[in-house]
Parts: sequence; C-alpha cells; structure tokens
Amino acid sequence: MTAATVVTGMGVLAPTGLGTTAHWSATLRGRSAIGPITRFDGTPYSSRLAAEINGFVAADHLPSRLLPQTDHMTRLALVAADWALQDAALVPAELPEYGAGVVTASSAGGFEFGHRELEKLWSKGPEHVSAYQSFAWFYAVNTGQISIRHGLRGPSGVLVTEQAGGLDAIAQARRHLRAGIPAMIGGGVDGSPCPWGWVAQQTSGRLSVARDPARAYLPFGEGAAGHVPGDGGALFVLERADTAAERGVRWYGEIAGYAATFDPPPGSGRPPTLRRAIERALDDAGAAPADIGVVFADAAGVPDLDRAEAEALRAVFGPYGVPVTAPKTMTGRLGAGGAALDLATALLALERGVIPPTVNVTRPVPAYEIDLVPRPRRVPLTAALVLARGHGGFNAAMVVRGGRGTRLPDNARRSETCRS
Amino acid sequence: MQELTVTRLMEIIRECAGEGEGLAAADDVLNVEFSDLGYDSLAMLETASRIERDYGIRLPDEQVTEATTPRAFLTLVHDAAAESS
Amino acid sequence: MNRRVAITGIGVVAPEAVGTKRFWDLLTAGRTATRRITFFDPSPFRSQVAAEVDFDPLREGLSPQQVRRMDRTTQFAVVSARESLADSGLGAPDLDPSRTGVVIGSAVGATMSLEREYVVVSDGGRRHLVDEEYAVRHLFGHFVPSSIAAEVAWDVGAEGPVATVSTGCTSGLDSVGHAVELIREGTADVMVAGATDAPISPITMACFDAIKATTPRKDDPATASRPFDRTRNGFVLGEGAAVFVLEELEHARRRGARLRAEISGFATRSNAYHMTGLRADGREMAEAIRAALAQARTSPQDVAYVNAHGSGTKQNDRHETAAFKRALGEHAYRVPVSGIKSMIGHSLGAIGSLEIAACALAIEDGVIPPTANLHEPDPECDLDYVPLRARESRVDTALTVGSGFGGFQSAMVLSAVDRDDR
Repeated sequence: MTAATVVTGMGVLAPTGLGTTAHWSATLRGRSAIGPITRFDGTPYSSRLAAEINGFVAADHLPSRLLPQTDHMTRLALVAADWALQDAALVPAELPEYGAGVVTASSAGGFEFGHRELEKLWSKGPEHVSAYQSFAWFYAVNTGQISIRHGLRGPSGVLVTEQAGGLDAIAQARRHLRAGIPAMIGGGVDGSPCPWGWVAQQTSGRLSVARDPARAYLPFGEGAAGHVPGDGGALFVLERADTAAERGVRWYGEIAGYAATFDPPPGSGRPPTLRRAIERALDDAGAAPADIGVVFADAAGVPDLDRAEAEALRAVFGPYGVPVTAPKTMTGRLGAGGAALDLATALLALERGVIPPTVNVTRPVPAYEIDLVPRPRRVPLTAALVLARGHGGFNAAMVVRGGRGTRLPDNARRSETCRS
Repeated sequence: MQELTVTRLMEIIRECAGEGEGLAAADDVLNVEFSDLGYDSLAMLETASRIERDYGIRLPDEQVTEATTPRAFLTLVHDAAAESS
Repeated sequence: MNRRVAITGIGVVAPEAVGTKRFWDLLTAGRTATRRITFFDPSPFRSQVAAEVDFDPLREGLSPQQVRRMDRTTQFAVVSARESLADSGLGAPDLDPSRTGVVIGSAVGATMSLEREYVVVSDGGRRHLVDEEYAVRHLFGHFVPSSIAAEVAWDVGAEGPVATVSTGCTSGLDSVGHAVELIREGTADVMVAGATDAPISPITMACFDAIKATTPRKDDPATASRPFDRTRNGFVLGEGAAVFVLEELEHARRRGARLRAEISGFATRSNAYHMTGLRADGREMAEAIRAALAQARTSPQDVAYVNAHGSGTKQNDRHETAAFKRALGEHAYRVPVSGIKSMIGHSLGAIGSLEIAACALAIEDGVIPPTANLHEPDPECDLDYVPLRARESRVDTALTVGSGFGGFQSAMVLSAVDRDDR
C-alpha cells in the first residue's frame, strides 16, 4: 500500500488575485478579470481581450539579480513556488540531500523574452542577443529556476501537453513521491503577454474575437465562440501523507486519482477518450461517480469541444448527474497554468464546502444536460474531479479528496501571511 | 564614447545582471572579485557583450573570463579601446 | 508485479544518416558529420559549424500536407517513429490504442519555424506589433511543442498517455525514462518514445554565441567537435531524432518480438546550482548514475560501456569525468567511455535518445563507437575515451548520461536481454 499524496501548500497567482485568499474571495464573488489587453497595444488584433494579472511587481518579491534573466511567466512561477513552500512550512534544506524536486508544466515557454531577443537579432544583429536567451525562453526554465532558488536536487521534470499540463505535472510529482522522494513541487504557471505570442495564439482559431468581456468566453453556453487567454497558475507542495503527518502539518487534500488519454485524430471515426480518462481516474482513486461532489470542467468555450466534454460527463455521471463549474470564466484559459489553478480552486472548494460559480454563461445549451453552477453553491463536498484538455487531443482527469476538515486556522493564517 | 569609469561599469553591470548580493558590503569595489559582489560568469558575459556593443570594441573570450575584478575588467576594456583606435 | 521494459524498435534521423543502419555505420566508422552551416549564412556568427541532416521529408514518406504543418523537428520525430514501428514489427493486432502512449523529448521545439514565421510577421524585426495578416494557420502548432508528441501519437494511433517532455539537453533521456515509468506502473504496455530537435537557426546560434558555449573553430569543420581533447573549446550544434518502440517485456515476448535491449534503470537529479554552469565535482550526476544502477540492480563493475554526454565544452567534460569517478570508483578507469557528439554534434534534446540508440546498438553488435577527433587528451580527462576508432567488445550493460541547462542530470542503464539464448 503506497502512502497517499497530499497537498500541504499552494502558491496561487491568478488574474483573480495574488495569493490563495484573494483568488478565492474574488472567485466566490464571481468577479471576472477579463478585460482589454493592457500589456501591449491590442487594437491591431482580431482578439483584444485577456485576463491579465494586475498589480504584480516582480521586484517586490524577487532578488534584483533574477530580474534581467527571467520572463514574466518565470517570475510568477518563482513567486508561486516561494508561497507554496511558505504555506507548507517546508524548509527544503531540512530534507535529505536529494529529498525534493520540481515538476512543472509548460506550454510555450518564456515567449515575451523570446520575442524581445528575436527582435534584437533581426533588427540589430546577433551580437545584440542576450546571454540569458540561452535559457530564459525555453520550456524547462521554470523548473530549473525554482530548483536553483530553493536548492531542490531531487528528480525534476517538465511536461508539455498544452492546457492539460498542470494535471500531468502533478501526477508526475506523485510518481516521484511514490518512488520514495519525500517532497515535490508541482503544477504550472504560464502566460505569454507579447504581440508575437498573441498572434501565435490567435492562429489556434479558438480565441474569442468578442469585444464585450461578459460575452467573450461562454463555455457550455449558447453563443460560445472561443476563449480568452490569461496569465498565472498555481504551484503546490506535495508530500506523502505519512511524512507530512510526521512533520505535523495539515493538508488541503489528497491527489487521489489520475489518468491521461489522447484523442484519435479528427476524421478517424474512432471515439474520443475523455470519458475513459475520467473512468480511469475514478478507478485510480477507488471512487464511484456518486462520490464526486463537483467537476471543474476544462470548459473550452468552443461548441464541438464543449459538447464532447458534456457527453463524457453525461456518460459517466448521467444527465445533470453532478454539479459542473468553470471558474475559468473569470480567469480565461492560462495555458499550462489553467489546470493547476483549477486544482487549487477545487481544493479550496472542498475545504470550505462551497462550489465556486461559472460566470457570464446565462444560457447553458440545454442539450448538454449538465448542472452548470451559476452562483456559489454551499454543499458538503468530499471529492472533486478536475478535467483538462490540451490542443491536439490531450485529456487529463484528476480526483482530489478533501483533507477531512483537518486543516486548522493556523494554516489559513499562514496562507494570509505569505501573501504579504 | 567616453572612457569607461568604474562607476559606469558598475551601472552597466546592474542593468545587465541586477543588484549583486555583495555590492552593499563593499566600500570600494575596484579590487573585489565579481563573484564576491554576487556576479557569476553569465552576468559577466552579458556585461561584456553590452560593453563591446556600446564601445565598439572586441573583448577576447579568455580574457573576459580571466578579468575577475572591476579593476582587471577596466584594464581589459582600456587595452581593447587603445588597440581599436 | 515486476514489469520490465524492452526496446523492440529503433528509428533514427541523424546528421549524414537518415535511418538506424546508416547512423550506426557512421558511428562505428568514426566518421564526422560536422560542417560549415548551409541553412543560412553563418558569417555574422561567432560559431559557424553544425552537424546538419540532409533530409527530404517527402522522400521520407510524409505527405505534402504534413510537411506544411509540421516543423522540421516534428518531421524528424514522425519519420523516426515510423522506422521504429516498422523495425519492431508491431502491428494492429498487438497494438491496443488505449494501452499505447507516446512521449517525445525536445529542448527547443519548433524553433526554426517560429523564427521563420517571426521574420515574416515582424517584417524582418521591424514591427514590434507583429502583423496577424501574415500569420500562417499552423503557427499555433509551432507555438506549443506538445504538437510534436500529438503528431507522433496520431501517426502511431496511440490513445494512452501522450506528452512532450522538455528538460533541455536531458530531454532525450528523460522522455524515454518517463515512458519506461509508464510501462512499469502498468499504465501502458507499449510506448513510442524518443526525442527530436532541429535547432540550427540564427536565434539558437546567437544565444549560444552569447554565452560562448559553441566552438568558434572555423578552419576545419570536420574536426570541430572535440570532446575530452585538450584543444576543445565548445560544442558543435547538431540536429536529429531517435524514437523507440518500448514494450513491456512479456508483451514483447508473447508476440515473438526481437528484444534489442532492456532499459533497466533510469534516474534524474538536479544540481540546483546554475542555469548554465556546472559544479566541478559532478556530485549530482554521480547520484543520478548511482540511482539508475540501483534501479537496474547492477553494480558499477558490470558496466561495460559508458556513453558520455561529452559535449566538448571545457566545463562539461571535466564535470562528467569527475562524476564517473565518483559513481564508478576505480572501475571508471577501466570501462570504455565515448562521446558520439564528436561525430554528430550536440542536437540538444534529441541527443539523449540518439545516445540511447548507440548504447542499444553497442549491446547488440558488441562494438563500441569511438570519440572522434581525440588526439591530445586533456590531462584532467584521464579515462579511456576510445579515441578515433571503434572497438569490438562484448557489452552486456551500458550506461548513458546527460547534463543540461537548468541543472538537469540524468542517467540510464541498458542491459542485454536473454543473452545466453541468442
């Protein structure tokens, strides 16, 4: 019997707020962070709305030495890791020599940094390219920088499955824990707020071209026509339940089940595989569909994809068989950070017994037959299912169980202090 | 371009690599090892490349690695400037 | 339950060698494939040499539509995956899509296509607010390197776990290591796994120029990559891919597959030291080697061949030599160690998988590929690096290692399967 994998700390940086408390309170109030792009002039572009992180001043949180060599998303990730470790009251130096590692999800790397260096190369010449370009943009950068900052010398890694990556990274961290590593940091933080990254994202054909923030991202709704990109995500400290108990720390919940599948190519005639991912994740958790109190949906906001997700949910849970929510409607889709943020929100929901709302979707498509939660709903919750899909056919499903109410006020206070 | 002073050199380093952890403790940085000021080889490569562009000079690779203090670095820059003028 | 993993198929795209046989012929002949860059005019760059692949995607069987939408790195991966599947003899009846997955490593993804498209939408770097009118439809596929694994999965028909792994220059070991984990834990029976990179583009050359990591040697491109030699002064960029069919051992035996080698151990550690620098003592790489050997239940004395990372930078070759001594003890001085980057350059994320292929072929053929261009050994690198000429030697256990930006240090152990029966 392998020990359970538990979440003992989280660091959240989201358009809805910096820190767990700010994010949760904005989410519960249904306050969407979608608005016009401010980090560059969005007016030349077909899509002009984003969910940006506001009020983040990297220099307030990170040493000056790290700033010239880091992209925006790496700075966010470094701070998320700091906060997660503080929240878990974990001091890596007190662990065995190779006792902790990092697994992050990446989608497109530090694209803003890369854009700047490409511009220097092509407008001025190769000698203008920064020495930091050799790593600041690449997909492995967040894992590398976090491991260096905290001296984490255990097994580390980076998984890229577009928007599904947050869950895959946490599952990989769980594998390392099961192999005997005492602690892992896992999750994803992302964002590519530059014109070059924006144009690249537009070519997915899935970005909303709406001008009204309240109408731009309507997953499962009538009029769904794409999504809005956002910045941010979440990183977690994951530990084995036995070692966390030895440390005397509380936990938010348990990573109880996980599975990943991949859809056959369009036109193959073969069925999609999200349903199988859900069923396998439930099996892995030893859970029945009835044990799941809420589903955090992938919520693509593209009719075909919404329909496919609704079909999978109906097949497993029955029509209107489980409450479904998409707090992403407030943050947009965060690349590799989105699923990790959903996991954070799910753990907070389990802890507090409240399902956070899906905003702006005033008219869900009736044929989907899903119980979409438009307002916060107070219900006893023991387990949640988080779904994530990546462009091209990646599916991931994760079952989390609550910490059985064991998380005490001292932990909540710690979350408060680590925000400041 | 005017001659590179230690003040200007340190400004450029800060722009290229941030505030070194050892800067505050050093009264006179001239003879302090870059590593003690908080700057690694990467910081010095970034700085050297910036100075090459700003001053229109070439700094040989090995000599950049061997110039481990601001004084040695300034000497290297002045020698290179004299050679190119 | 003790599930073991065998390599049952190998596919390779390497400089001067599309196809596994040509790759192995090149290595065992000790020939080098490094040359002056032809993809663009390298004269403005400090480093002007690379190991390029002469690759025609249409001739290799990709459709015009695939060629249009896939970056070169993805093309390499798909072509290698097809060769490995054909080699494995794995066909529809034995290939259950839900029990088959794909993991492809890549350090820099579609960097060539991204740069090419950037130049178009920015009008040669002149427009900061790049022009969406000129953005091609497939740009998003280049933007996210997950598309590499997705394309391979579509081609193979895999519907199990699929991912791209991107851990810089250890991607090619870590992707295969991850796939092995998935088979061992029971998630999949077959994994198509390997790595690919096609980084030879102006932005990559410029960023390695900026940190002086690549060799500035221009006079004789064929001898530019000189791991462990006293005169080495940086690595030579390469490109390519290697993809394997990995199978749960009993699954492979049941269908009578040819067992090329077993992947018996894998581990990765981080140096948590520096994004590009290495501590001289090789401590974390040694720990990765120790952990991989422990997983393989193999002692250092059993290692009959070490495929080194051997990039040819001053610091790497010293770091690695120290790591071998720390992990293998006195045996480090007896075991043959070689660096194939001397012949095919350093293809970043891909090279780890190309090196796994070299180990599997060494086990199968009893031939150890040499370190080319090693004429004057560095006194600080004092092991047996198999200089210049391949060596016949029975190899039952091989060790391969990788080291990458971000501090990643990985090690993998390969073993002969059923040697006595053959």
